[in-house]
Amino acid sequence: MKTTRRSFIQKTALLTGVFSLGFDWFDSKASTGAIQQMNPVLDANRFNAYLAIENTGKVILYSPNPEIGQGIKTAFPIVVAEELDVDWKQVEVRQAHLDTQLFERQLTGGSGALKHSWDRLRKAGATARHMLVQAAAQQWSVDPSTCKTSKGFVIGPNKGQKLAYGALVDAAAKLPVPAEVAYKSRAEYQLIGSFVKGVDNHRVLTGKPQYGLDTQRPGMVIAQIVRPAAFGATLTSFDASEVKKMPGIIDVVSFKNKVAVVGKSTWEVMQARKKLVCNYSDTSNLESDSTHQKWFDEGMKTDKVKVERKDGDFHAAIAKAAKVIEATYECPFLSHSPMEPMNFFADVKPGSVLLVGPTQVPQSAQKAVATLLGVPENTVQVELTKMGGGFGRRLNNDYALEAAELSSIIKMPVKVMWTREDDMTGGIYRPAVRYHFKAGLNEKGEMIAFYLRGVGLNAGNSTRQDNFPVGAIDNVLIESYNYNSAITTGPWRAPITNFLASAEQSFLDEVAVAAGKDPVQMRLDWLQRVKTNPVGKITYEPDRFIEVIKQVAEKAKWGKKGPNVHQGFSVYFSHLSYVAQVAEAKIVDGEPKVTHVTAVTDCGEVINRSGAENQVIGGIIDGYGHAMFGKLSFDKGVPQQKNFDTYKLIRGNEIPTVEAHFVNNGIAPTGLGEPALPPTGGAVANALYAATKKRLYKQPFAGLDNANL
Amino acid sequence: MESIELLINRKKVKVEVDPNTPLLWVLRDHLSLLGTKYGCGIAQCGACTVWIDGEPMRSCVLPVSTVGKSSVTTIEGLNEKAEHPVQVAWDELDVPQCGYCQAGQIMTAAALLKKNPKPSHDDIVAGMSGNICRCGTYHRIHKAVKRAAEIASVSNSTKKK
Ligand code: FES
Ligand code: FES
Repeated sequence: MKTTRRSFIQKTALLTGVFSLGFDWFDSKASTGAIQQMNPVLDANRFNAYLAIENTGKVILYSPNPEIGQGIKTAFPIVVAEELDVDWKQVEVRQAHLDTQLFERQLTGGSGALKHSWDRLRKAGATARHMLVQAAAQQWSVDPSTCKTSKGFVIGPNKGQKLAYGALVDAAAKLPVPAEVAYKSRAEYQLIGSFVKGVDNHRVLTGKPQYGLDTQRPGMVIAQIVRPAAFGATLTSFDASEVKKMPGIIDVVSFKNKVAVVGKSTWEVMQARKKLVCNYSDTSNLESDSTHQKWFDEGMKTDKVKVERKDGDFHAAIAKAAKVIEATYECPFLSHSPMEPMNFFADVKPGSVLLVGPTQVPQSAQKAVATLLGVPENTVQVELTKMGGGFGRRLNNDYALEAAELSSIIKMPVKVMWTREDDMTGGIYRPAVRYHFKAGLNEKGEMIAFYLRGVGLNAGNSTRQDNFPVGAIDNVLIESYNYNSAITTGPWRAPITNFLASAEQSFLDEVAVAAGKDPVQMRLDWLQRVKTNPVGKITYEPDRFIEVIKQVAEKAKWGKKGPNVHQGFSVYFSHLSYVAQVAEAKIVDGEPKVTHVTAVTDCGEVINRSGAENQVIGGIIDGYGHAMFGKLSFDKGVPQQKNFDTYKLIRGNEIPTVEAHFVNNGIAPTGLGEPALPPTGGAVANALYAATKKRLYKQPFAGLDNANL
Repeated sequence: MESIELLINRKKVKVEVDPNTPLLWVLRDHLSLLGTKYGCGIAQCGACTVWIDGEPMRSCVLPVSTVGKSSVTTIEGLNEKAEHPVQVAWDELDVPQCGYCQAGQIMTAAALLKKNPKPSHDDIVAGMSGNICRCGTYHRIHKAVKRAAEIASVSNSTKKK
């Protein structure tokens, strides 16, 4: 008899005894509800299996979402393991590769993964547990409701009735899948909300290859790509004759305004590319910082704006105001600069394309490469690697496309590697934005009119028009204006709000001072108003806002730290989570210094205490570091910072201490990769104002003249 | 091209490379020791930190020809089972986020503790400030160095007994 692959798998399964559930978790598209008895390691995709229990008791979980350091690969399985009720030590987590048949939303971005999958994850675990209990109950001829589970065992009502999940897998696999299952109550949680260490720690600590840049495949060559130094420049000609004479160089090819140098090793390619002579179109009129300032000035005056929101009549109200406060804020372009620079491996062969590398959006990589090469999507296979950070940069697959295009030209498996300089000067930045705010107060110091105009460079709508304090103010006008710049931009951790929040929270502090109000109480008063009588449409829940504000005021001892500690308050809602922060500044040797940040976060249920703390503290350090130091400037289209010697990232001797508290109210979990960042710039600016009485209007704060624009 | 002999993680190896090639690329491209990371290539970030005769060095700017007979230790040679006190502390406090900078952080921390087994908080902050972590894991790094010092002192005193 011929041994087909399937029968081989079945036989293996009979030998090894594996119970595998293939159903609706992670929003599986396959409609099965069927149970397969097989070895998921051999053919997970075919049978749609993400959760497998071996008869040894080992539990294997596949994590479909790309891991960029946000902890998803640990957080997802925690939820399944909790409901399944197994010992965490018996769980092994594996990264699933791209499979559009099986998974939906196989991406990382927008802090949306947990929110999306919470119910599906719980259902996966609870369903398997339910079936294991049924199997045990049948074996003991007892009522299943008299059985319970504990750490991978089913325990029956009578003495000695205890069976390991591993011993029940064969019987459980033959039972029907229940349509509905009960979840654990919060009080029963043992794993959710505890401190769980990263599942990849051992690999990281021992230096195991796992990142995109670590990819090595048989026959693979290395390439680096020379792109125009200036945004807006066109490659007119190039001379690679010297390059080709260099040792280790295999080929030099050009496509889409770029020249690729292909060689045997990284160093040889790095050396050879220095000999490349490229000629470009005239660059004298390309964008400089001064161009951007001119555009911002114009954008503030133009009447061609897009009205993003209008409540009441702002102009009439401001005309009647007893007091008017106005301020302008500005931020520069920023590079994402994840520690692992962009890179991708591609092997384009007739009939099949293999892509391996770091991407937050593997499915769009697959689609885009299929379109680019004119091949069917199902012939493009994407393997996910661990990512050395992303911060939004890897939502854009430009570098994966480059690799695929190059491989199709040179007909070799190739790893395209960006140097740090390529990465920093290669585009897709956080857009530069300028904001203008205006507030009108009545005699009682109440804000009756609120105005915001955002002018962005490739920023789209640079406002978030339905966010607090909108909803609390009778007369609101919010406008945006966008310039198309040759400098490419993209989402950067907490897109738009990463600076909008900073500007707005600084401005509201200025309003509070002008109104003679406490900044914390002012927000609480507004939120009371929203609760009883909101103005227009709002997207946030005032009670959750109120709770984080109250808690942060208490934890940070708001207003009670004595004359030498200068506090700044900020609160922001983004990615469906609420974060309030109090920053503290002290005068050290005559200079103001931010020493501490207290944060209270409402992200609903905290899945992993360790991962959650990491995201909040990391987000605050990220927000603080970039607010203080981050700047990418331009001269005739050329980025002026090329590496970490001139583009300053925050270091360990420059950080404030951070306290991260969580409301942890049991509401379905929401995003955490981004929401801690937006409030930080404002809290810091307000603390520095309290210490120095100087407002900071322009980022980066350090080493700049920060007088009003 | 030159044939160069190296002593890496207590093993002798031979490579055929341009003698100017930085040690980092010899490790990664020629020896497939991929744990040592590239972050900047200009001695700014510390991701590429290895030991040369026990001293932490930035392998991205170290021509392989200058290594000579010195013994090179990379993250792979620190302790395969992750039982070095620094690795233990790093796991216990769950330091890594994306993890990419951590090989360099760990090699720097372990070298620091060899020189200064009981570092003060300021010693730790100063000793670690040459290594960038884009994910911002600095607080846990500082705590973990302190914790590693404790673990090492306990295991040393039990060894003595
Ligand atoms: S890669 Fe060597 S210091 Fe950054
Ligand atoms: S853990 Fe990501 S760069 Fe340090």
